[in-house]
Amino acid sequence: MLGDVFSYLTDGSNWSGSTGIAAFAIQQLLLTVTSLVIAVVVGLPPALYLGHRRWGGFLAVNVSNVGRAVPVFAVLLVLALGPIGSEKFGPFGRAGLATLVALVLFALPPIITNAYVAVVEVDRGVVEAARGMGMGEAKVFSSVELPLAMRVVLTGVRLALVQVWATATIAALVAGPGLGRVITRGFANHRTYEVVAGAMIVAVGALLLEGVAMLVERYADPMRRARREIARASA
Amino acid sequence: MSAEVMIRLSGVGKTYDDGTVAVHELDLEVQRGELVCLVGPSGCGKSTTLKMINRLIEPTTGTIEIDGQDVTRQDPVQLRRGIGYVIQQVGLFPHQKIIANVMTVPLLYGESRTTARARARELLELVGLDPATYADRYPSQLSGGQQQRVGVARALAAKPPVLLMDEPFGAVDPLVRLRLQDEFLRLQRELGVTVVFVTHDIDEAVRLGDRVAVFATGGRLAQYDTPARLLGRPADDFVAEFVGSTSGLRRLDVTPLDPAHLEPLDGVRTGDIGAAIDVDSTLGHAMAVLLRDDAGMVGVRDGAQFVGVLTPNGIHRALRAALAEMTEASA
Repeated sequence: MLGDVFSYLTDGSNWSGSTGIAAFAIQQLLLTVTSLVIAVVVGLPPALYLGHRRWGGFLAVNVSNVGRAVPVFAVLLVLALGPIGSEKFGPFGRAGLATLVALVLFALPPIITNAYVAVVEVDRGVVEAARGMGMGEAKVFSSVELPLAMRVVLTGVRLALVQVWATATIAALVAGPGLGRVITRGFANHRTYEVVAGAMIVAVGALLLEGVAMLVERYADPMRRARREIARASA
Repeated sequence: MSAEVMIRLSGVGKTYDDGTVAVHELDLEVQRGELVCLVGPSGCGKSTTLKMINRLIEPTTGTIEIDGQDVTRQDPVQLRRGIGYVIQQVGLFPHQKIIANVMTVPLLYGESRTTARARARELLELVGLDPATYADRYPSQLSGGQQQRVGVARALAAKPPVLLMDEPFGAVDPLVRLRLQDEFLRLQRELGVTVVFVTHDIDEAVRLGDRVAVFATGGRLAQYDTPARLLGRPADDFVAEFVGSTSGLRRLDVTPLDPAHLEPLDGVRTGDIGAAIDVDSTLGHAMAVLLRDDAGMVGVRDGAQFVGVLTPNGIHRALRAALAEMTEASA
């Protein structure tokens, strides 16, 4: 069985072509990145703003709870059958758009909650000092709150990224794009090794994305230099 | 000190939406170059009062003037750039080096980085932190006392005529606090900056303040007086209780020695005198020397010349005279 999986994965012909693993992987990556970008653009600004004003903590936390409670597959089905989208949307038609919307909804909770909490939890004394010395609200946010919140904000984006990548696999269930197609094809043809190979590729992809995101997170953290120098000084 | 009003609060009050009265109809004047302490139990509105001066909190009634200008008519952000602000939590930016922290306000003012940097180094020096050692460190690498020195340097960086301080030395240990108080007092005299200083510690208030405003719960100003008068003639029971049973001891520290209460040197042998103290000392210092040397008297000199000796009786007379003077002044 593992031998079958191995030979499937090492056979170049399984990777190439319009229904090959590579094409599906690229579709899934595009789908993931697109939904993540949309979720960041839609979710981050209001969450950061609410955090800055310390408004609607109730809202920010509950958006996330509701988001977690909603089953993505159900949303996906409703959207795929429902009135939105058109056959002509992108290369993937109605199923692609439905998947995109479902994934965006799924990506929003960790992004919103982390961003809100990150800004709210910036040391009150630091923020008060910044305001007291004559920084305007925009400056308080950009020079103090955002840099200090950055790491936690990015953690939220990373969580969303990995979740979305893993979840994007189910698009295949409504004939959508992505690596799920490898798995559903295996099921349909009673090729267990193909199902396992598809699952493994999704898992490895998730780990790779996680790794890349952690690197970005570390390098984008404005506290990184401070931490490093403090560690060096105390060593 | 010129008798020119730098900060004037007239009928200033703060009532929150839920009806809580934080500050009640407050009138308060601070002279240019004066150091005024606001002191009182927690919840008495002293911090609220301070934050209304730089409009971190908006008053609901009354007017606040700084140097004749109504602060409520100014843009709050511009207003704050001209007022130094120091808080108990210090609030240094943890992601920036010490030098960058101190450069913040000059940069906000639009100074060049070179000018701001030079100014920041100057200020670190002024608060007793060698720039060569500390400029490139991060806040978390400094002790609490050092961090607050940076906090003071940062607040003074734009040469503000007014400095607001909210329990600035409340979080450091008592020994460090005494040193910071002494150094701050010296700095304040040197720069001539007008200071409003909030504390809950009456000792700190009488030690630092030219005048002390005692707040009672509910934002009522119970007494606004010099430390000596506050301790010697508390306005009511609340103030008397607040300054406490040791106010007699504290009065020693705020009452200067007066040559009128000295006894002549005639017949005194050098062996009877312990150490000699300067004629500018406080009674507290004289008492401390008397106790330390276990002597019946302490010599007092004006420069190189002895002007007399001070005995415990003389200290009593001086305290009584100081009280009598206050009574006369208020009559």
